[in-house]
Parts: sequence; structure tokens; C-alpha cells
Amino acid sequence: MATLGGKEVEVNDEGYLVNPDDWDKAVAGDLAKEMNIELTDKHWAVIDYLRAQHDEGVEMTIRKVGKSGVVDIKGFYELFPGGPLKNASKIAGLSRPTSCV
Amino acid sequence: MKEQKRIVILGAGTAGTLMANKLAKKARKNNWQISVVDQHDRHYYQPGFLFYPFGRYKESDIVHSRRKYMPKRVTYIQQPIATVEAEKNKVNLANGEKLDYDLLIIATGSQIAPEETTGLKGEQWHKSIFDFYTFEGSSKLREKLKEFKKGTLVVNIVEMPIKCPVAPLEFSFLADDYFKKCGLREQINIKYVTPLSGAFTKPKAASSLGYLLKEKNIEIIADFGVEHVDDQAKKLVSYDEKEVKYDLLVTIPTNKGDSLMERSGLGDELNFVPTDHHTLQSKAHENIFVIGDATDVPASKAGSVAHFQADTLMENIRRYFEGRPLEASFDGHANCFVESGAGKGLLLDFNYEVEPLEGKFPFPLIGPLKLLRESRLNHFGKLAFRWIYWHLLMRGWPMPGIPSNMSMSGKQK
Repeated sequence: MATLGGKEVEVNDEGYLVNPDDWDKAVAGDLAKEMNIELTDKHWAVIDYLRAQHDEGVEMTIRKVGKSGVVDIKGFYELFPGGPLKNASKIAGLSRPTSCV
Repeated sequence: MKEQKRIVILGAGTAGTLMANKLAKKARKNNWQISVVDQHDRHYYQPGFLFYPFGRYKESDIVHSRRKYMPKRVTYIQQPIATVEAEKNKVNLANGEKLDYDLLIIATGSQIAPEETTGLKGEQWHKSIFDFYTFEGSSKLREKLKEFKKGTLVVNIVEMPIKCPVAPLEFSFLADDYFKKCGLREQINIKYVTPLSGAFTKPKAASSLGYLLKEKNIEIIADFGVEHVDDQAKKLVSYDEKEVKYDLLVTIPTNKGDSLMERSGLGDELNFVPTDHHTLQSKAHENIFVIGDATDVPASKAGSVAHFQADTLMENIRRYFEGRPLEASFDGHANCFVESGAGKGLLLDFNYEVEPLEGKFPFPLIGPLKLLRESRLNHFGKLAFRWIYWHLLMRGWPMPGIPSNMSMSGKQK
């Protein structure tokens, strides 16, 4: 359990939300703060895009984000430093992007 | 007598060849007319590309004729394909001929696309920058490794998904082994540079296998997304402006599906075909099915996956022709031997839902193979697999003891 957005929510070992329904903007803000990210409109555009794609059942990749018109890959790295897809997915309340073993 | 149905298979690699053989065994009874199209006659045993740079295997071990693996009942057409006109159920060949089909199977695989990254395919391509996902790259790297005596070897994955996702790690392990045997390991740094958050990202595999890189003194640089390669200064530059210098770069470039998909409007942004994860039917056309690396399903791009998909596909081809609902039976099952160097190997068995776990395989308690643990037997399993590939898999026979759906028996949660 962790306290995010003023409530107790369940997170896994890596800090991703266990129940997608727990997500709201305040939770996102606190998840971002843990990564030293202050959310701006540009961040929100990416988060909204990732959540919309997730609802349509699309597997996300950095390349797809780069081609979305929302942000280019370089900009994506600037907004969510380190591992942009991983970090942005966490803030958006989604599960960790799939990868192999 | 059933009404005749025309089945066209595009691609005669691992997936296309084994489907052709499976279908041919049932062709007479079902009155199927089967054609297979591929532009080349060279069928590569692709797992061999991993060993070839280190002086193992000869060309004839890993290259056979595609035609040789085509059953008599199948018409093999060696021609490039111009386009697929899915609305008209028609394939246009480069020589102007047309093939009409009732059901199309896309098995055109995936290829490397080094041109996607600035600096990879310049004048240093196959001089200080090599791939090992093609026979040409693997052969040239074999020559290069003979003269590489000191410096930094960087193994880099540009982006996911890639064919055989563990091959870059295996390459690093084998390189460690190779340079040790040459007495050069002290003079050579090996760095593994990946866009993922680690060499292994699934929890059980990460905790069981994390020691391997440390033990072999391979430096891992994670979360590195290559923006471009400076082939003059010999360095990788990331999107967030980190740099890694190399003397010898072994790259796993972006992987893409066949450009035929782009020409025919059948692919996604990487030319992979949007495919139902469980039935293998293409999402856009109900009489097009997709198998192997050509799909966009989130399973590993590996020969074992194509083999496990084939049973689902056989069943669904029958159901499609009979107008029955399709069976959603493919579970993402993958099974791979991983070379860990020094004559040892690992075995991984997993699917869409279940990560690689420890245990025994294929029989609970008995094994004889150990999952997620290094052993000599797993290494021999990997070597024996070449025989199994050419003699059983490509002929469309089942693998003894290994079901298509993943089994939890023998695994420890």
C-alpha cells in the first residue's frame, strides 16, 4: 500500500498501480513527484494519449508515441527522463509495458 | 468430395514451411490446393547465426534449399511478391502473374532495418559495425572477430520488438567465452546496451539470472535509447544525450515486417500485421491468417512460437472453411534454449500470462531439463535442436513431449 493523491492505494513491487480504478489526477501527480517530475500540459497530453490507446487495447512502444503527433521521441525522453515509456505508463496508472524475459 | 479450396502461403521460412507440410498431410482429404511463394531458395537455420561468428558450424549446416522442404502436394513458386489485393483475394507476383486464394497465410517473417537509425548503415557497415541476424552479417562478423584483439565490444539493441529477444545476451555470453579461450579477455571490454530497464526484466528471470552478467564481467547499460550512431567517432548517442564509445559495435537494428505489408496496406508502423492474439486471424480480413514473426502479437518472435501457433492455425483453417467459430487457443507459448557460455545453457518456457519460472521440463520432477538454471544438458539441448529443426519441425511433425499450450506442471510459482 502507498499513500497517493491523499488516499491509500495498492501498488506492486515496482510502484505500478494494482487497481486501475484507483487512478485519478491527484494520484498521477504524486506518482510523478516520486520521480521528480512536475506535470505540465505537455505531460498531460502524453498521459491522455497513453490512456486512450490503452482503452483501445493497443500495445504501446516508444516508436508509436514518437509517431503519434503528441510528442517526438526526443521530447518524450525530456518529459519522462530515464525510461520514458515505463515512467509515463506508471504515472498514467497503466501496467508496465511488456517486454521479453 | 469436398469443394476445392485454394490456400496460398506467403513466405517459406520456419513458419511457412512447417505450415505447408502440416497442410499437405491433410490436403487430399480436404481437397485443398496449396501454393507457397518465396523469392529466395536459401532457407537459413537462423539460430545458427548466433554461433556462426564464433567459428562454429559450416555454411551447409545452416543453409538448405527451401524447395527441398516442400512436400510434393505443394506448388512452390519462387518469385518476389508485388502486392496483396486483399479486397479481391488476390496475390500479384513480380512477374505479372496472379494467384487467387480462398485463404491466405502470411508467413513473411521479420527483417532487420539498419537504415532506420542514422549512422548504422554508412561506410562503417560491416567494417566496425556488424549485425548477426543475416547470413552476410554473421559471416563478416566471423572474419572480424578473428582479428579483433583489444578494445571495447558493444552489443546494442536499438528497439523492441526483436526476433529472438535473448539472442543479444547469448551473443555477449559467447563472446566472453570466445575471447577467454583466445586469451584476450583481459584486453577486451564487453558492454551490453539495451533500451529496456535491464538484461532481464521479468522478476523471476531477473533474480535467477542477474548473476550471469556480473560473473562474466559484462557491463550493462540499461534504459539507453539510441538516437544515432556516430560511426566516425565510434560512439552511440542516446535521445537523452548519453554516449557509449565502442571499437566494435554488434547491433541488433530495428526489426520490421516485410515491406510487402506496407505496399499492400496490411501492416502497422513496423509492417507487422495486426493479428488476433488467440485465433491468429488478421484483424482486417477474415480469410487472412498470420503466423510467426509477421504478426504483431506480443509473443516472442521465435521459431518455437511459430511451431506452437501452427496447431491453432490448422484447427482454425478447418473451422473457417466449415463456417464454424474460430478457436482462441494460442496462449503465447514460447520455449527457448539460451546459451550462457562455457558449454552451458538455460531453458525458458513461458506464455502471454506466465513469466519464465524455475522447475523441470518437460516432465515434472524428472525433467531431464532444468528451467531457468544453467546446465550442460540445456546446452546440448540447444545443439540437438538443429537436427530437430531440419528433420522434425520443418517436416511438420510434432515435438515429442512438448504440447502447444504451455503446461504449469513441473514449474515452481
